[in-house]
Amino acid sequence: MAKTTTAGNKGKSIRSDCFVTLEITKSGGINIDLQSKVKTLFGDSIIDLCKKELEFFGIKNCKIKIEDSGALDYILAARIEAAIKMCIKIDKEFLLEMLPQNKYKTKKDSYRRSRLYLPGNTPKLALNAGIHKPDGIILDLEDSVAPAKKFEATILVRNALRSVDFYGAERMVRINQVPKGLDDLEYIVPHNVNLILVPKCESAEQIKQVNERINNIIKKRKIENPIYLMPIIESALGVLKAYEIATAAENVVALAIGLEDYTADLGTQRTKEGKETFFARSQIVNAATAAEIQPIDSVFSDVSDMEGLKQNVLESKSLGFDGMGCIHPRQIKVIHENFAPNEKEIDKAKNIVNAFHVATEKGLGVVSLGSKMIDPPVVKRAQKTIEQAIEVGILDENWREKHQKIN
Amino acid sequence: MKFNENAVGRKIPETINGKSVIPFQGVGKYKPTGRKFAPNISTCADYPLDGNKLVPNLKEALIKAGIKDGMTISTHHHFRNGDLIAVEIFKIAQEMGIKDLVWYPSASFPCQEPIIEQLEDGTIHHIEGSMNGPLGRFASQGKMKGVSVLRSHGGRYQAVQDGDVAIDIAVIAAPTADPFGNANGVEGPSACGLLGFALADSQYADKVIVVTDNLIDFPCIPWQIHGNYVDYVVQMGQIGIPEKIVSGTTQITKSPDRLLIAEMTAQFCDEAGLIKDGFSFQAGAGGTALSIGVFFGEIMRKKGIKARFARGGSNKYLVDMLEEGLVEYILDGQTFDLDGVRSMRDNPRHVNTSPFTSYNYHGKGNFAGILDIVILGATEVDVNFNTNVVTHSDGYLLHGIGGWQNCLFGKNVILPIPLFRDRIPVIRGEVTTICGPGELIDIIVTERGIAINPLRKDLIDKMKNSKLPIKTIHELKEEAERICGKPKAVEFEEKIIAAIKWVDGTVIDVVKQVKE
Repeated sequence: MAKTTTAGNKGKSIRSDCFVTLEITKSGGINIDLQSKVKTLFGDSIIDLCKKELEFFGIKNCKIKIEDSGALDYILAARIEAAIKMCIKIDKEFLLEMLPQNKYKTKKDSYRRSRLYLPGNTPKLALNAGIHKPDGIILDLEDSVAPAKKFEATILVRNALRSVDFYGAERMVRINQVPKGLDDLEYIVPHNVNLILVPKCESAEQIKQVNERINNIIKKRKIENPIYLMPIIESALGVLKAYEIATAAENVVALAIGLEDYTADLGTQRTKEGKETFFARSQIVNAATAAEIQPIDSVFSDVSDMEGLKQNVLESKSLGFDGMGCIHPRQIKVIHENFAPNEKEIDKAKNIVNAFHVATEKGLGVVSLGSKMIDPPVVKRAQKTIEQAIEVGILDENWREKHQKIN
Repeated sequence: MKFNENAVGRKIPETINGKSVIPFQGVGKYKPTGRKFAPNISTCADYPLDGNKLVPNLKEALIKAGIKDGMTISTHHHFRNGDLIAVEIFKIAQEMGIKDLVWYPSASFPCQEPIIEQLEDGTIHHIEGSMNGPLGRFASQGKMKGVSVLRSHGGRYQAVQDGDVAIDIAVIAAPTADPFGNANGVEGPSACGLLGFALADSQYADKVIVVTDNLIDFPCIPWQIHGNYVDYVVQMGQIGIPEKIVSGTTQITKSPDRLLIAEMTAQFCDEAGLIKDGFSFQAGAGGTALSIGVFFGEIMRKKGIKARFARGGSNKYLVDMLEEGLVEYILDGQTFDLDGVRSMRDNPRHVNTSPFTSYNYHGKGNFAGILDIVILGATEVDVNFNTNVVTHSDGYLLHGIGGWQNCLFGKNVILPIPLFRDRIPVIRGEVTTICGPGELIDIIVTERGIAINPLRKDLIDKMKNSKLPIKTIHELKEEAERICGKPKAVEFEEKIIAAIKWVDGTVIDVVKQVKE
């Protein structure tokens, strides 16, 4: 009997996805059975796409059933490709045109206050993620994807990187744990991923393995934009190796902590007060700061408790973190607002930055405020505070004009 | 059949259900003259002197009311999806072998799907009223004997006053009533708040039957429906399913995308200077509209201002605002939950209204036009801001008009809608069915951008420096098509299955049978 493969999702709550059932036959030509809630409006275009893709993979005889719940072309194409590749071994990739606005690069010190996790195999969430303006969007291939769906998820994530508008958010993917995660890289590195999250990281060696594979692909595919890494520390061993991991490579730009797995590793419960994770969080902040990269906090998992989230963010900030993960778009605004500097911090920063400008204008080598000398790292931090305050709209861009008038 | 093009370019047949119709002529253009329709003169002497109008059951009441072939029978929709009466009426008519009735509900709901049986066997000729879900699908497939006629809540009142629809028998399901026929919606197991949608029916129908499952001694106070209009009173075991009467869409949306749209809408209103002390707004019952009300509340608290009145559908959220003092009055057209019912019963600032006060075309004014901010929904909007609320893009008639057309006369009409639903763009080159002319629609808020009607130069000017993503409607359309692809044009059969009336009784569009 011929082999039947399936890819995608169906069911009452499924939207913007499709479920493809494929059987490659010996004769009888192409038979497409399309069931779609948008058939009247898009039926013809779905069938055209399906035919084009089958032809691309050289399939002349098959029975293919598409149960569509409003999937866009890139989703349909990913599901069909996954079903085909589970049937026959073939290396070719059916790639849709990359959106021109998706070719941007990010910087080592780009804001990473919020990074929004999206399950890699659930397409409906990805379409609108960018409009909520997180600093980063993570297409997740690891914990949110069921083991049996890992393969089809890699193809969907690849297509999403090409076809979904991220609206300027840093384009991130969380790969599976190394070594399995190394195979994920083939699907994402060539498609302008900006940053890769390396989960359950416990050694510099793992980072080296990831970079080795990335560099191979970069060479082969002539990739120009930088690809950054954010290792996630999720175990007691990882916490102890934090500095080694943070300094493992030039492209490690941030160090994150995953507290769900870390507390499980300790055999303890995660509490709202977070005493049990205080050491680990401080260790991450310390290691990252020593390595001159960004320390990033875990997620806050009660999506309905915005006040709790706010307290969590304020504590994160006071510990020295630069950002945290989020699992719901409504968390983004709370995170940005509370990581933002407060009035006291802004006032202090204004004085320092102003003193710096005055010193520069006067050609002085030393910045001083009153009788106190200000060191360059302090100036740099103050500049960043000002920049952040302007960015979230609590400080006017031309604050210096006003500042000078008052002082 | 001959067709005439109306003022929004749609081809309207000369007759519908054998009656000649007037094509839409433009907003405020059609003004009929002469005298309003009046019911037959009745005489006290014909009614029991002791005021007891009780008859044993609904069937007997219908027989006494003279039910016969071709009559028009009306019901109200205050019980929403928990109504048990409409289905019962037509089952009785079917048993009696009566044919070609016209059902004139103020709206229909999925619970009335069983009526399809009487539509199929000819007991009912057609429906004149909002068409929801299964009944709309049935009509779209061309299976209804006559052409259904859709009207707004105000348009329904107008049609009665113009004599366009002469109601033979009105059956008014009443949560509480007395034997004289006085009735209200604030008490009883089927409490639904008010009975405003049945007001025209009580005043103009030839015969009026009040049906209740909570009969009390005279007088039934408040008498939202006056017994002086009522012919017969029937006591029944149960007239509605309470949990379905007060269900509705009374939860704030949890969808982050919809919340974003709601937040953008509130921010827009704030930046445009519409949220000011003493302003008024109309809040719908949908999840997005509810959240907008909540965001309005936050802004009002921050500014220390209050709204003079809010127009309901009322529900817990609006009642909370009334009780907090953020809103001075609720002018309520229908009550969506038990908090609404309680508030209407106990709070004199929560006022019972009817389509006559709010929406009627033949009143000497109505208060829809006084509203500062009106929040409405849509299935489609075209690049000229013409809007559809009754059909989906695949051509199926699945919704009613409700008070939607009437509310378009508010000062700032805002449609917060997603740019696309399940790959189907909401902003189109041309809408499937025109329910509201674009000149009355001011602002479209989508998650990817806000379009202001070019006619509203004042708003465009005010929002010049806003950080909100203000775009043109054409840009929104292109953006939707870039994401979804360009949908194919839908083909229809020739048969007309529904007429869409404008608030003045003219026909603004027709719906054709879908090709399956």
